[in-house]
Amino acid sequence: MNGFPRGKTAVVGAATFGIGKSAAGYRAHEMLAKASLAAIADAGLSVGDIDGVFSILPEDPFSAMSVPEYLGIRPKLVETTRTGGSAFQIHALWAALALEAGLCDAVLICYGSNQATAAGGLVRSGGAPFVYESVYKPRNPPSSYALAAARHMHEYGTTREQLAEVAVAARRWAQLNPDAYRREDTSIEEVLAARMVSDPLSVRDCCLVTDGAAAVVMTRADRARDLPQKPAYLLGAAQATWHRSISNMDDLTVTAASECGPRAYEQAGVTAADIDVVQVYDAFTINTILFLEDLGFCPKGEGGRFVEDGAIAPGGKLPVNTNGGGLSCVHPGMYGLFTMVEAVQQLRGMAGDRQVDNVNLALAHGNGGTLSSQAVTIFGGEATL
Amino acid sequence: MNDMFPDKQFAEFVAAGRFMLQRSRKTGEYIYYPRVAVPGTGDQDLEWVEASGKGVVYSTTIVRNKPPKADYNIALIDLAEGVRMMSRIVNVEPEAVKIGMAVMAKVGEVDDVAAVIFEPAGDSV
Repeated sequence: MNGFPRGKTAVVGAATFGIGKSAAGYRAHEMLAKASLAAIADAGLSVGDIDGVFSILPEDPFSAMSVPEYLGIRPKLVETTRTGGSAFQIHALWAALALEAGLCDAVLICYGSNQATAAGGLVRSGGAPFVYESVYKPRNPPSSYALAAARHMHEYGTTREQLAEVAVAARRWAQLNPDAYRREDTSIEEVLAARMVSDPLSVRDCCLVTDGAAAVVMTRADRARDLPQKPAYLLGAAQATWHRSISNMDDLTVTAASECGPRAYEQAGVTAADIDVVQVYDAFTINTILFLEDLGFCPKGEGGRFVEDGAIAPGGKLPVNTNGGGLSCVHPGMYGLFTMVEAVQQLRGMAGDRQVDNVNLALAHGNGGTLSSQAVTIFGGEATL
Repeated sequence: MNDMFPDKQFAEFVAAGRFMLQRSRKTGEYIYYPRVAVPGTGDQDLEWVEASGKGVVYSTTIVRNKPPKADYNIALIDLAEGVRMMSRIVNVEPEAVKIGMAVMAKVGEVDDVAAVIFEPAGDSV
Protein backbone atom coordinates (compact mmCIF):
# COMPACT_ATOMS: atom_id res chain seq x y z
CA MET A 1 0.00 0.00 0.00
CA ASN A 2 1.69 3.19 -1.07
CA GLY A 3 -1.29 5.51 -1.41
CA PHE A 4 -0.44 6.98 -4.79
CA PRO A 5 -3.58 7.47 -6.92
CA ARG A 6 -2.39 5.27 -9.77
CA GLY A 7 -4.04 6.20 -13.04
CA LYS A 8 -6.54 8.53 -11.35
CA THR A 9 -5.11 11.61 -13.06
CA ALA A 10 -3.68 12.28 -16.49
CA VAL A 11 -1.84 14.78 -18.60
CA VAL A 12 -4.44 16.00 -21.09
CA GLY A 13 -2.55 18.89 -22.67
CA ALA A 14 1.13 19.40 -23.45
CA ALA A 15 3.14 21.95 -25.39
CA THR A 16 6.51 23.60 -25.79
CA PHE A 17 7.41 27.03 -27.08
CA GLY A 18 10.55 28.77 -28.21
CA ILE A 19 12.90 25.77 -28.16
CA GLY A 20 16.46 26.77 -29.00
CA LYS A 21 16.58 30.43 -29.94
CA SER A 22 13.46 30.40 -32.10
CA ALA A 23 11.60 32.91 -29.96
CA ALA A 24 14.38 35.43 -29.33
CA GLY A 25 12.89 38.70 -28.16
CA TYR A 26 10.35 37.12 -25.86
CA ARG A 27 10.99 37.32 -22.14
CA ALA A 28 10.78 34.25 -19.91
CA HIS A 29 7.27 34.90 -18.58
CA GLU A 30 6.01 35.59 -22.09
CA MET A 31 7.42 32.28 -23.30
CA LEU A 32 5.87 30.53 -20.30
CA ALA A 33 2.51 32.08 -21.19
CA LYS A 34 2.78 31.03 -24.85
CA ALA A 35 3.53 27.41 -23.87
CA SER A 36 0.77 27.46 -21.25
CA LEU A 37 -1.87 28.75 -23.66
CA ALA A 38 -0.85 26.12 -26.21
CA ALA A 39 -1.08 23.34 -23.61
CA ILE A 40 -4.49 24.54 -22.41
CA ALA A 41 -5.76 24.68 -26.01
CA ASP A 42 -4.25 21.23 -26.68
CA ALA A 43 -6.30 19.96 -23.73
CA GLY A 44 -9.49 21.40 -25.20
CA LEU A 45 -9.84 23.67 -22.19
CA SER A 46 -9.87 27.42 -21.72
CA VAL A 47 -7.83 29.58 -19.35
CA GLY A 48 -10.85 29.91 -17.08
CA ASP A 49 -10.89 26.15 -16.50
CA ILE A 50 -7.46 26.19 -14.82
CA ASP A 51 -7.70 26.36 -11.02
CA GLY A 52 -4.25 25.08 -10.06
CA VAL A 53 -1.09 26.84 -11.22
CA PHE A 54 2.28 25.16 -10.61
CA SER A 55 4.94 27.40 -12.10
CA ILE A 56 8.63 28.19 -12.26
CA LEU A 57 10.34 31.21 -13.74
CA PRO A 58 14.11 31.16 -13.24
CA GLU A 59 14.49 34.67 -11.91
CA ASP A 60 11.12 35.06 -10.18
CA PRO A 61 10.79 33.40 -6.76
CA PHE A 62 7.19 34.68 -6.65
CA SER A 63 5.95 33.04 -9.86
CA ALA A 64 3.13 31.48 -7.83
CA MET A 65 1.57 34.96 -7.86
CA SER A 66 2.94 36.54 -11.00
CA VAL A 67 2.05 33.70 -13.38
CA PRO A 68 -1.61 33.48 -12.29
CA GLU A 69 -1.84 37.27 -12.49
CA TYR A 70 -0.35 37.31 -16.01
CA LEU A 71 -2.73 34.61 -17.25
CA GLY A 72 -5.74 36.04 -15.41
CA ILE A 73 -6.33 33.04 -13.16
CA ARG A 74 -7.35 33.03 -9.49
CA PRO A 75 -6.08 29.56 -8.58
CA LYS A 76 -7.36 27.48 -5.67
CA LEU A 77 -3.91 25.96 -5.41
CA VAL A 78 -0.40 27.10 -6.31
CA GLU A 79 2.91 25.26 -6.11
CA THR A 80 6.43 26.31 -6.94
CA THR A 81 8.76 23.76 -5.39
CA ARG A 82 12.21 24.47 -6.76
CA THR A 83 14.61 21.59 -6.85
CA GLY A 84 16.19 22.57 -10.14
CA GLY A 85 15.32 20.52 -13.19
CA SER A 86 13.43 17.84 -11.29
CA ALA A 87 10.85 20.26 -9.92
CA PHE A 88 8.21 19.50 -12.53
CA GLN A 89 8.07 15.80 -11.74
CA ILE A 90 7.48 16.83 -8.12
CA HIS A 91 4.78 19.24 -9.28
CA ALA A 92 3.09 16.37 -11.15
CA LEU A 93 3.23 14.26 -7.97
CA TRP A 94 1.49 16.96 -5.93
CA ALA A 95 -0.94 17.70 -8.77
CA ALA A 96 -2.08 14.06 -8.77
CA LEU A 97 -2.72 14.13 -5.02
CA ALA A 98 -4.42 17.53 -5.13
CA LEU A 99 -6.67 16.59 -8.05
CA GLU A 100 -7.58 13.28 -6.46
CA ALA A 101 -8.43 15.05 -3.20
CA GLY A 102 -10.61 17.53 -5.07
CA LEU A 103 -8.58 20.56 -4.02
CA CYS A 104 -8.73 21.70 -7.64
CA ASP A 105 -9.87 20.36 -11.01
CA ALA A 106 -7.32 21.36 -13.65
CA VAL A 107 -3.65 21.97 -12.93
CA LEU A 108 -1.30 23.85 -15.22
CA ILE A 109 2.41 22.99 -14.73
CA CYS A 110 4.51 25.55 -16.58
CA TYR A 111 8.02 26.90 -17.08
CA GLY A 112 9.80 29.35 -19.33
CA SER A 113 13.38 30.55 -19.71
CA ASN A 114 15.08 32.85 -22.19
CA GLN A 115 18.56 32.24 -20.79
CA ALA A 116 20.20 31.92 -24.20
CA THR A 117 18.91 35.12 -25.75
CA ALA A 118 18.32 37.31 -22.69
CA ALA A 119 20.03 40.67 -22.75
CA GLY A 120 22.74 40.79 -20.11
CA GLY A 121 23.91 37.20 -20.38
CA LEU A 122 23.10 33.86 -18.84
CA VAL A 123 20.23 33.85 -16.39
CA ARG A 124 21.27 32.80 -12.88
CA SER A 125 18.81 30.74 -10.91
CA GLY A 126 20.97 28.63 -8.65
CA GLY A 127 20.54 30.45 -5.38
CA ALA A 128 23.27 31.56 -3.00
CA PRO A 129 26.78 30.14 -3.52
CA PHE A 130 27.89 27.36 -1.19
CA VAL A 131 31.04 28.84 0.34
CA TYR A 132 32.67 25.47 1.10
CA GLU A 133 32.84 24.87 -2.64
CA SER A 134 32.71 28.30 -4.23
CA VAL A 135 36.02 29.42 -2.69
CA TYR A 136 37.75 26.81 -4.88
CA LYS A 137 35.95 28.00 -8.05
CA PRO A 138 34.65 24.79 -9.55
CA ARG A 139 33.04 25.53 -12.91
CA ASN A 140 29.57 24.49 -11.86
CA PRO A 141 27.53 22.67 -12.77
CA PRO A 142 29.97 20.94 -15.19
CA SER A 143 32.74 20.36 -12.62
CA SER A 144 30.37 18.58 -10.22
CA TYR A 145 29.21 16.20 -12.94
CA ALA A 146 32.80 15.79 -14.10
CA LEU A 147 33.73 14.59 -10.61
CA ALA A 148 30.96 12.00 -10.83
CA ALA A 149 32.09 10.94 -14.30
CA ALA A 150 35.71 10.61 -13.16
CA ARG A 151 34.68 8.44 -10.24
CA HIS A 152 32.45 6.24 -12.43
CA MET A 153 35.36 5.78 -14.86
CA HIS A 154 37.66 4.88 -11.95
CA GLU A 155 35.30 2.35 -10.37
CA TYR A 156 33.74 0.75 -13.44
CA GLY A 157 36.11 1.34 -16.32
CA THR A 158 33.65 3.63 -18.09
CA THR A 159 35.37 5.39 -20.99
CA ARG A 160 35.12 8.77 -22.69
CA GLU A 161 34.06 6.90 -25.83
CA GLN A 162 31.08 5.50 -23.92
CA LEU A 163 30.16 8.98 -22.69
CA ALA A 164 30.40 10.17 -26.30
CA GLU A 165 27.99 7.41 -27.36
CA VAL A 166 25.35 9.15 -25.24
CA ALA A 167 25.90 12.46 -27.01
CA VAL A 168 25.81 10.86 -30.45
CA ALA A 169 22.61 8.93 -29.65
CA ALA A 170 20.93 12.13 -28.46
CA ARG A 171 21.95 13.87 -31.69
CA ARG A 172 20.59 11.06 -33.83
CA TRP A 173 17.21 11.36 -32.10
CA ALA A 174 17.36 15.15 -32.51
CA GLN A 175 17.82 14.66 -36.23
CA LEU A 176 14.33 13.12 -36.25
CA ASN A 177 12.84 16.04 -34.30
CA PRO A 178 12.25 19.23 -36.31
CA ASP A 179 12.03 21.28 -33.08
CA ALA A 180 15.45 20.19 -31.79
CA TYR A 181 18.12 22.89 -31.62
CA ARG A 182 21.19 20.88 -32.73
CA ARG A 183 20.56 18.52 -35.66
CA GLU A 184 23.78 18.41 -37.66
CA ASP A 185 25.75 15.18 -37.91
CA THR A 186 28.21 14.40 -35.17
CA SER A 187 30.45 11.49 -34.22
CA ILE A 188 32.21 9.96 -31.27
CA GLU A 189 35.47 11.39 -32.62
CA GLU A 190 33.99 14.89 -32.71
CA VAL A 191 32.77 14.66 -29.11
CA LEU A 192 36.17 13.39 -27.97
CA ALA A 193 38.01 16.15 -29.83
CA ALA A 194 35.78 18.96 -28.59
CA ARG A 195 37.11 21.61 -26.22
CA MET A 196 37.45 20.31 -22.66
CA VAL A 197 35.33 22.10 -20.06
CA SER A 198 36.04 20.13 -16.90
CA ASP A 199 37.81 16.82 -17.41
CA PRO A 200 36.62 14.27 -18.45
CA LEU A 201 33.73 16.28 -19.93
CA SER A 202 34.13 18.17 -23.19
CA VAL A 203 31.70 20.82 -24.34
CA ARG A 204 29.89 18.10 -26.32
CA ASP A 205 29.40 16.11 -23.10
CA CYS A 206 27.52 19.12 -21.71
CA CYS A 207 23.93 20.09 -22.38
CA LEU A 208 22.88 22.91 -24.64
CA VAL A 209 22.29 26.41 -23.37
CA THR A 210 19.01 27.38 -25.01
CA ASP A 211 15.74 29.14 -24.42
CA GLY A 212 12.59 27.14 -24.03
CA ALA A 213 9.19 26.95 -22.39
CA ALA A 214 6.95 23.99 -21.69
CA ALA A 215 3.59 23.32 -20.08
CA VAL A 216 1.30 20.43 -19.29
CA VAL A 217 -2.29 20.34 -18.04
CA MET A 218 -3.50 17.62 -15.66
CA THR A 219 -7.05 16.63 -14.73
CA ARG A 220 -8.71 13.67 -13.07
CA ALA A 221 -9.01 10.62 -15.30
CA ASP A 222 -12.81 10.72 -15.56
CA ARG A 223 -12.67 14.18 -17.10
CA ALA A 224 -9.63 13.32 -19.18
CA ARG A 225 -11.66 10.78 -21.15
CA ASP A 226 -14.02 13.52 -22.38
CA LEU A 227 -11.20 15.71 -23.68
CA PRO A 228 -9.79 15.61 -27.23
CA GLN A 229 -6.35 14.08 -26.64
CA LYS A 230 -5.47 10.54 -25.65
CA PRO A 231 -4.81 10.86 -21.89
CA ALA A 232 -1.36 10.09 -20.54
CA TYR A 233 -2.29 8.58 -17.19
CA LEU A 234 0.08 9.21 -14.30
CA LEU A 235 0.72 5.77 -12.84
CA GLY A 236 3.50 6.62 -10.40
CA ALA A 237 5.53 9.58 -9.18
CA ALA A 238 8.25 9.66 -6.53
CA GLN A 239 11.11 11.95 -5.57
CA ALA A 240 14.22 11.65 -3.42
CA THR A 241 16.64 14.34 -2.28
CA TRP A 242 19.96 13.25 -0.83
CA HIS A 243 22.18 16.33 -0.90
CA ARG A 244 22.64 19.72 -2.53
CA SER A 245 26.35 20.11 -3.24
CA ILE A 246 28.45 17.41 -4.92
CA SER A 247 30.88 17.40 -1.98
CA ASN A 248 28.01 16.12 0.16
CA MET A 249 27.05 13.23 -2.13
CA ASP A 250 28.05 9.94 -0.46
CA ASP A 251 28.80 7.80 -3.52
CA LEU A 252 29.20 9.75 -6.74
CA THR A 253 28.21 6.71 -8.78
CA VAL A 254 24.80 6.16 -7.12
CA THR A 255 22.06 8.79 -7.26
CA ALA A 256 18.83 9.08 -5.32
CA ALA A 257 17.03 7.86 -8.46
CA SER A 258 18.04 4.40 -7.26
CA GLU A 259 15.69 4.93 -4.30
CA CYS A 260 12.76 6.86 -5.81
CA GLY A 261 12.76 4.92 -9.09
CA PRO A 262 11.74 1.66 -7.41
CA ARG A 263 9.03 3.50 -5.46
CA ALA A 264 7.60 4.93 -8.68
CA TYR A 265 7.70 1.48 -10.30
CA GLU A 266 5.91 -0.01 -7.29
CA GLN A 267 3.20 2.65 -7.47
CA ALA A 268 2.76 1.97 -11.17
CA GLY A 269 2.91 -1.81 -10.74
CA VAL A 270 5.58 -2.13 -13.41
CA THR A 271 9.31 -2.76 -13.71
CA ALA A 272 12.02 -1.19 -15.84
CA ALA A 273 11.65 -4.04 -18.31
CA ASP A 274 8.06 -2.95 -19.02
CA ILE A 275 8.97 0.64 -19.99
CA ASP A 276 8.66 1.29 -23.74
CA VAL A 277 10.36 4.68 -23.92
CA VAL A 278 12.69 6.39 -21.45
CA GLN A 279 13.25 10.12 -20.98
CA VAL A 280 16.06 10.81 -18.50
CA TYR A 281 17.52 14.19 -17.59
CA ASP A 282 20.70 14.36 -19.67
CA ALA A 283 22.33 17.59 -18.58
CA PHE A 284 25.64 15.79 -19.12
CA THR A 285 26.51 12.52 -20.84
CA ILE A 286 27.35 10.84 -17.52
CA ASN A 287 23.76 11.49 -16.39
CA THR A 288 22.23 9.13 -18.91
CA ILE A 289 24.61 6.37 -17.84
CA LEU A 290 23.98 6.93 -14.12
CA PHE A 291 20.20 7.11 -14.51
CA LEU A 292 19.90 4.06 -16.78
CA GLU A 293 21.70 2.18 -14.02
CA ASP A 294 19.83 3.70 -11.10
CA LEU A 295 16.44 3.22 -12.78
CA GLY A 296 17.13 -0.46 -13.39
CA PHE A 297 17.71 -0.60 -17.14
CA CYS A 298 21.15 -2.14 -16.55
CA PRO A 299 23.19 -3.14 -13.49
CA LYS A 300 25.26 -0.58 -11.58
CA GLY A 301 28.51 0.04 -13.37
CA GLU A 302 27.30 -1.36 -16.69
CA GLY A 303 25.85 1.89 -18.06
CA GLY A 304 28.85 2.67 -20.23
CA ARG A 305 28.83 -0.73 -21.87
CA PHE A 306 25.00 -0.62 -22.12
CA VAL A 307 24.99 2.47 -24.35
CA GLU A 308 27.67 1.21 -26.77
CA ASP A 309 27.03 0.54 -30.46
CA GLY A 310 24.05 2.88 -30.72
CA ALA A 311 22.02 0.94 -28.15
CA ILE A 312 20.01 3.99 -27.06
CA ALA A 313 19.96 5.70 -30.48
CA PRO A 314 17.15 5.32 -33.03
CA GLY A 315 16.92 1.63 -33.97
CA GLY A 316 18.77 0.57 -30.79
CA LYS A 317 17.60 -1.77 -28.08
CA LEU A 318 16.11 0.91 -25.80
CA PRO A 319 14.70 4.26 -26.98
CA VAL A 320 16.15 6.91 -24.65
CA ASN A 321 15.62 10.68 -24.86
CA THR A 322 13.70 10.53 -28.09
CA ASN A 323 13.36 14.30 -28.48
CA GLY A 324 17.15 14.66 -28.59
CA GLY A 325 17.38 15.40 -24.85
CA GLY A 326 19.09 18.22 -23.08
CA LEU A 327 22.19 17.41 -25.09
CA SER A 328 20.71 18.12 -28.53
CA CYS A 329 17.07 19.26 -28.30
CA VAL A 330 16.65 21.88 -25.59
CA HIS A 331 18.11 22.87 -22.22
CA PRO A 332 16.85 26.19 -20.87
CA GLY A 333 18.22 25.58 -17.35
CA MET A 334 15.51 23.35 -15.91
CA TYR A 335 14.81 20.63 -18.44
CA GLY A 336 12.52 18.25 -16.51
CA LEU A 337 9.21 19.44 -17.92
CA PHE A 338 10.43 18.64 -21.44
CA THR A 339 10.94 14.97 -20.51
CA MET A 340 7.27 14.82 -19.50
CA VAL A 341 6.08 16.54 -22.68
CA GLU A 342 8.07 14.04 -24.77
CA ALA A 343 6.71 11.08 -22.78
CA VAL A 344 3.19 12.36 -23.45
CA GLN A 345 3.82 12.82 -27.17
CA GLN A 346 5.20 9.29 -27.42
CA LEU A 347 2.20 7.83 -25.54
CA ARG A 348 -0.18 9.67 -27.83
CA GLY A 349 1.64 8.37 -30.90
CA MET A 350 2.18 11.95 -32.07
CA ALA A 351 5.98 12.11 -32.10
CA GLY A 352 6.34 12.16 -35.88
CA ASP A 353 9.51 10.70 -37.38
CA ARG A 354 10.87 9.83 -33.94
CA GLN A 355 7.73 7.97 -32.83
CA VAL A 356 8.51 4.67 -31.12
CA ASP A 357 6.15 1.80 -32.02
CA ASN A 358 3.51 0.61 -29.55
CA VAL A 359 4.25 2.89 -26.60
CA ASN A 360 2.13 1.99 -23.58
CA LEU A 361 4.50 2.97 -20.78
CA ALA A 362 6.79 6.00 -20.72
CA LEU A 363 9.16 7.09 -17.97
CA ALA A 364 9.98 10.78 -17.55
CA HIS A 365 12.76 11.55 -15.08
CA GLY A 366 14.02 14.79 -13.58
CA ASN A 367 17.35 15.70 -12.00
CA GLY A 368 18.08 18.86 -10.06
CA GLY A 369 21.14 20.52 -8.60
CA THR A 370 24.31 18.45 -8.85
CA LEU A 371 22.77 14.96 -9.03
CA SER A 372 20.97 16.18 -5.91
CA SER A 373 17.22 15.94 -6.42
CA GLN A 374 15.83 12.99 -8.34
CA ALA A 375 12.22 12.52 -9.40
CA VAL A 376 10.51 9.92 -11.54
CA THR A 377 7.13 9.94 -13.23
CA ILE A 378 5.65 6.96 -15.05
CA PHE A 379 2.89 7.52 -17.59
CA GLY A 380 0.71 4.92 -19.24
CA GLY A 381 -1.92 4.67 -21.92
CA GLU A 382 -5.50 3.41 -21.48
CA ALA A 383 -4.35 -0.23 -21.74
CA THR A 384 -2.23 0.12 -18.59
CA LEU A 385 -5.14 0.99 -16.31
CA MET B 1 27.22 24.12 25.87
CA ASN B 2 29.33 26.75 24.23
CA ASP B 3 27.83 29.06 21.68
CA MET B 4 29.22 28.18 18.30
CA PHE B 5 29.09 30.27 15.14
CA PRO B 6 30.29 27.64 12.70
CA ASP B 7 30.68 29.56 9.44
CA LYS B 8 32.20 32.58 11.13
CA GLN B 9 34.59 30.61 13.32
CA PHE B 10 35.76 28.30 10.55
CA ALA B 11 36.57 31.32 8.38
CA GLU B 12 38.42 32.94 11.29
CA PHE B 13 40.46 29.78 11.85
CA VAL B 14 41.41 29.62 8.18
CA ALA B 15 42.33 33.29 8.15
CA ALA B 16 44.64 32.52 11.09
CA GLY B 17 46.23 29.64 9.19
CA ARG B 18 44.43 26.81 10.99
CA PHE B 19 42.36 23.95 9.57
CA MET B 20 39.81 22.94 12.20
CA LEU B 21 37.03 20.37 12.11
CA GLN B 22 34.03 19.96 14.37
CA ARG B 23 33.68 16.77 16.41
CA SER B 24 30.85 15.44 18.53
CA ARG B 25 31.92 15.11 22.16
CA LYS B 26 29.55 12.18 22.69
CA THR B 27 30.27 10.06 19.63
CA GLY B 28 33.65 11.32 18.47
CA GLU B 29 32.18 11.71 14.97
CA TYR B 30 33.69 14.47 12.84
CA ILE B 31 31.59 16.61 10.54
CA TYR B 32 32.32 18.89 7.61
CA TYR B 33 31.14 21.40 6.47
CA PRO B 34 30.73 23.30 9.76
CA ARG B 35 27.21 23.25 11.18
CA VAL B 36 25.38 24.08 14.40
CA ALA B 37 24.57 20.39 14.89
CA VAL B 38 25.51 16.91 13.68
CA PRO B 39 23.49 16.22 10.53
CA GLY B 40 21.04 13.38 10.96
CA THR B 41 21.03 13.43 14.76
CA GLY B 42 20.80 17.09 15.71
CA ASP B 43 23.40 16.65 18.44
CA GLN B 44 24.82 20.05 19.31
CA ASP B 45 27.74 18.80 21.40
CA LEU B 46 30.31 19.95 18.87
CA GLU B 47 33.81 21.10 19.61
CA TRP B 48 36.57 22.35 17.30
CA VAL B 49 39.54 20.04 16.81
CA GLU B 50 42.71 20.54 14.77
CA ALA B 51 42.46 18.50 11.56
CA SER B 52 45.19 15.96 10.83
CA GLY B 53 45.34 17.27 7.27
CA LYS B 54 45.71 13.75 5.91
CA GLY B 55 43.51 12.86 2.99
CA VAL B 56 43.00 10.73 -0.11
CA VAL B 57 41.63 11.96 -3.43
CA TYR B 58 38.08 10.59 -3.96
CA SER B 59 37.57 12.26 -7.33
CA THR B 60 39.25 14.89 -9.44
CA THR B 61 38.65 17.20 -12.38
CA ILE B 62 40.52 19.93 -14.24
CA VAL B 63 38.82 23.24 -14.87
CA ARG B 64 39.96 24.24 -18.36
CA ASN B 65 40.55 27.86 -19.21
CA LYS B 66 41.42 29.89 -22.25
CA PRO B 67 45.12 30.79 -22.18
CA PRO B 68 46.76 32.69 -20.66
CA LYS B 69 44.55 31.79 -17.71
CA ALA B 70 45.87 28.53 -16.26
CA ASP B 71 43.92 25.32 -15.89
CA TYR B 72 43.48 24.19 -12.30
CA ASN B 73 42.50 21.17 -10.29
CA ILE B 74 39.27 20.67 -8.35
CA ALA B 75 39.09 17.57 -6.16
CA LEU B 76 37.02 15.85 -3.54
CA ILE B 77 39.20 14.65 -0.70
CA ASP B 78 38.33 12.03 1.90
CA LEU B 79 39.99 13.12 5.14
CA ALA B 80 41.42 10.71 7.69
CA GLU B 81 38.73 11.97 10.08
CA GLY B 82 36.05 10.37 7.88
CA VAL B 83 34.63 13.45 6.20
CA ARG B 84 34.87 14.63 2.61
CA MET B 85 35.58 18.11 1.30
CA MET B 86 36.07 19.93 -1.97
CA SER B 87 39.42 21.61 -2.45
CA ARG B 88 42.28 22.12 -4.88
CA ILE B 89 45.43 20.03 -5.12
CA VAL B 90 48.36 22.37 -5.76
CA ASN B 91 52.11 22.05 -6.39
CA VAL B 92 51.42 19.32 -8.95
CA GLU B 93 50.25 19.38 -12.55
CA PRO B 94 46.45 19.03 -12.58
CA GLU B 95 46.79 16.06 -14.97
CA ALA B 96 48.96 14.26 -12.39
CA VAL B 97 46.27 14.28 -9.70
CA LYS B 98 44.81 10.77 -9.50
CA ILE B 99 41.99 9.18 -7.57
CA GLY B 100 43.45 7.38 -4.56
CA MET B 101 46.42 9.73 -4.27
CA ALA B 102 47.51 10.66 -0.72
CA VAL B 103 47.41 14.39 -0.05
CA MET B 104 48.15 16.74 2.85
CA ALA B 105 46.26 19.89 3.77
CA LYS B 106 47.69 23.33 4.27
CA VAL B 107 46.18 26.74 4.56
CA GLY B 108 46.96 28.75 1.46
CA GLU B 109 45.20 31.08 -0.89
CA VAL B 110 42.91 30.66 -3.87
CA ASP B 111 42.93 33.88 -5.89
CA ASP B 112 43.96 35.86 -2.80
CA VAL B 113 41.33 34.30 -0.53
CA ALA B 114 42.55 32.14 2.37
CA ALA B 115 41.46 28.52 1.96
CA VAL B 116 42.33 24.99 2.99
CA ILE B 117 44.14 23.47 0.01
CA PHE B 118 46.10 20.27 -0.48
CA GLU B 119 49.36 19.08 -1.97
CA PRO B 120 50.69 15.59 -2.70
CA ALA B 121 51.71 13.80 0.51
CA GLY B 122 54.61 12.03 -1.16
CA ASP B 123 54.81 8.39 -0.17
CA SER B 124 53.39 8.80 3.32
CA VAL B 125 50.00 7.21 4.18
